[in-house]
Amino acid sequence: MLRFIVRRLLQLIPILLGLSLLLFAWLRALPGGPAQAALGERATPAKIAEYNETFGLNESIVVQYLKFLGRAVQLDFGTSTRTGRPVLDEFLDRFPGTIELTVAALVFAIVIGIPLGYVAARRHGGVVDNTAIIASLLGVTIPVFFLAYLLRLLFAVQLGWLPGSGRQDVRIDATHITNFYVLDGLLTREFDASWDAVLHLVLPGIALGTIPLAIIVRITRAAVLDVVNEDYVRTANAKGLSTSVVRRRHVVRNALLPVSTTIGLQTGLLLSGAVLTETVFAFGGVGSALRQAISDRDYSLLQGFILILAVVYVLVNLLVDISYGLLDPRVRTR
Amino acid sequence: MTGTSGSPVLEVDDLAVQFTRRGEQPTRAVDGVSFSVAPGETIGLVGESGCGKSVTSLAIMGLLPQRGVQVTGSVRLDGTELLGAGPRTLRTLRGKDMAMVFQDPLSSLNPTVTVGTQVTEVLAEHRDMTGRAAQDEATELLDRVGIPDPRRRLGEYPHQLSGGMRQRALIAMALACSPRLLIADEPTTALDVTIQAQILELLRELVQGSGTALVMITHDLGVVAGLCDRVHVMYAGRVIETADRRPLFATPRHPYTGGLLGSVPRLDTGRGTPLTPIRGSARDTIPWSQGCAFAPRCDNAEDDCLTEVSGSTVPLEADGLRRELRCRHPLHATPAAAGAPAGATAASSAGASAGSPSTGSSSWSSSEGQQS
Ligand SMILES: Nc1ncnc2c1ncn2[C@@H]1O[C@H](COP(=O)(O)OP(=O)(O)OP(=O)(O)O)[C@@H](O)[C@H]1O
Ligand code: SF4
Ligand SMILES: [Mg+2]
Repeated sequence: MLRFIVRRLLQLIPILLGLSLLLFAWLRALPGGPAQAALGERATPAKIAEYNETFGLNESIVVQYLKFLGRAVQLDFGTSTRTGRPVLDEFLDRFPGTIELTVAALVFAIVIGIPLGYVAARRHGGVVDNTAIIASLLGVTIPVFFLAYLLRLLFAVQLGWLPGSGRQDVRIDATHITNFYVLDGLLTREFDASWDAVLHLVLPGIALGTIPLAIIVRITRAAVLDVVNEDYVRTANAKGLSTSVVRRRHVVRNALLPVSTTIGLQTGLLLSGAVLTETVFAFGGVGSALRQAISDRDYSLLQGFILILAVVYVLVNLLVDISYGLLDPRVRTR
Repeated sequence: MTGTSGSPVLEVDDLAVQFTRRGEQPTRAVDGVSFSVAPGETIGLVGESGCGKSVTSLAIMGLLPQRGVQVTGSVRLDGTELLGAGPRTLRTLRGKDMAMVFQDPLSSLNPTVTVGTQVTEVLAEHRDMTGRAAQDEATELLDRVGIPDPRRRLGEYPHQLSGGMRQRALIAMALACSPRLLIADEPTTALDVTIQAQILELLRELVQGSGTALVMITHDLGVVAGLCDRVHVMYAGRVIETADRRPLFATPRHPYTGGLLGSVPRLDTGRGTPLTPIRGSARDTIPWSQGCAFAPRCDNAEDDCLTEVSGSTVPLEADGLRRELRCRHPLHATPAAAGAPAGATAASSAGASAGSPSTGSSSWSSSEGQQS
């Protein structure tokens, strides 16, 4: 297992090198180069020259790339042109919000998706099954942006049941230790702040969770349909085990193997920034920062965020592979 | 193996299973199958692939899918009718009073659950044993079926066991509650030849003296020869010949049975003797309603084997003592063979069809090592 992990970590190196090269090239290829991109279209040639001097843009392209790489390895991704703060700090401020949102979306998707997928499979061809299939088809086809907008309009603006923007009510004077707002409230015993943060997660969580939900329903359904026809389920029934034992130990446990992999992969995707959902709900996570950076032409922030998110994505996938090995004894005890 | 006294453990009467698929003609996988098994008796259900052996056993256990399947007739376990019994009743009987061992031991075991749990769950369900007691009993059971180092094996997963050991583990689970009836559906087909013999020997030992009735499902006559007291040969969903083992091997009367015997190598036929496989395949068949399903492959077939000519389906009729036969033109059709006790005919007419055995049964028993 250890060798497997090391091997996977080593595989990470060429991936990140390639990605950094791409990002680097992309920044150089911008019209007018990074200087104009950063200073705006009406920047004077003098200012551009000055900028190039300070950021070492006059050196050879290879040297520039190596320097960029050297800094990136030390987690130095430069400073945001907009705020002037280190990109890493910006990221660490905002990533907890994205993590909270991801968790909310996953909880929504899993709590509904797995039971629904199971029931759909057991009532194969029945009403629940057909509804689930159609709904999950809708779930993956409706644009997230549209759904987010609709949810916000209906439940926040029209009905006013739930908050529709931000991570917490600004009138709550909450203390933030970890920037996980829900957790902060619990740590400081400001439970109303925690609860308010939870409420702020509901609508964006649902919007973001629909695609994972649809996928989980479908994978669960397919997995259960496969497993119930397995010989070992027949054996379990031949042993006269109670329906609940057959279901729990023999059907669900095996059906959850592919489902858990799916969930892991979805987690990686969600963490990489829910740009659209966060934007609609003005949710202060990584996704809305990315969108902001695009309209601000804050290229160093974009570059840094994308690189970090790529690392996160690859690491999450590594975790998924490892946990699959832990869940499936055929892999674990090989 | 010979203690065939007392009222039967299992009585199957006129069992029929029909599959109905949407947009397809209903198919009768099993039709009019009747047999019974006494305590301590071992019977064989024999036939080619697709003849309905597994469907018969699943129908007995109540393990056929609920939808699209009609089961009719009667299945009685110790006098209790199982067809139409509620799923709860069946669950309390399965694993406790009737148990089953399947063909492929690897796929029949849950890959994500330890062997130990898969044994102890039976004990928990039917014998209220949990914790230490269940562990000890499971160790004991694995030991009894010949698994070395049983305590360690309890903690292992199926893929860590060899094929033979997996089948032993499945047998241990099946016998955990000393069932009245054990059905073994081709338990050795997926195993190496040497392991096959060991597993059969194990089954024989375990069943012997315990009073458990064993239904042995196989397409391998070598298995039958080594194990079964009585044999039911099936073809296309129906029993076509029933007899005790010795008379069946000595004087097979149905052309299909004769073909089965002729297509298997025997120790007492010389190396040069050619095997005579049944021509055609199991798919070359006609519906029983149109005549004898075996007619397209039968060397003895005549016009009256078809319904239009004879006016009736070929019936299963008594054929001597404890024998039944579904054929209009059987083998060994000498007047002596038809009426005389089976044992007496063995010596006189055995040579006619299946090689040239002196005493059919003994040669078959001795060939078990090779066949099974
Ligand atoms: N679920 C099902 N739906 C429709 N037909 C079925 C179903 N299960 C079995 N059958 C049919 O019933 C017939 C008998 O099948 P069965 O599995 O009993 O054969 P078998 O004698 O056990 O053969 P084998 O030696 O291959 O195991 C086959 O023709 C098969 O196509
Ligand atoms: S009934 Fe006719 S076709 Fe069928 S096995 Fe007998 S002789 Fe052959
Ligand atoms: Mg079968």
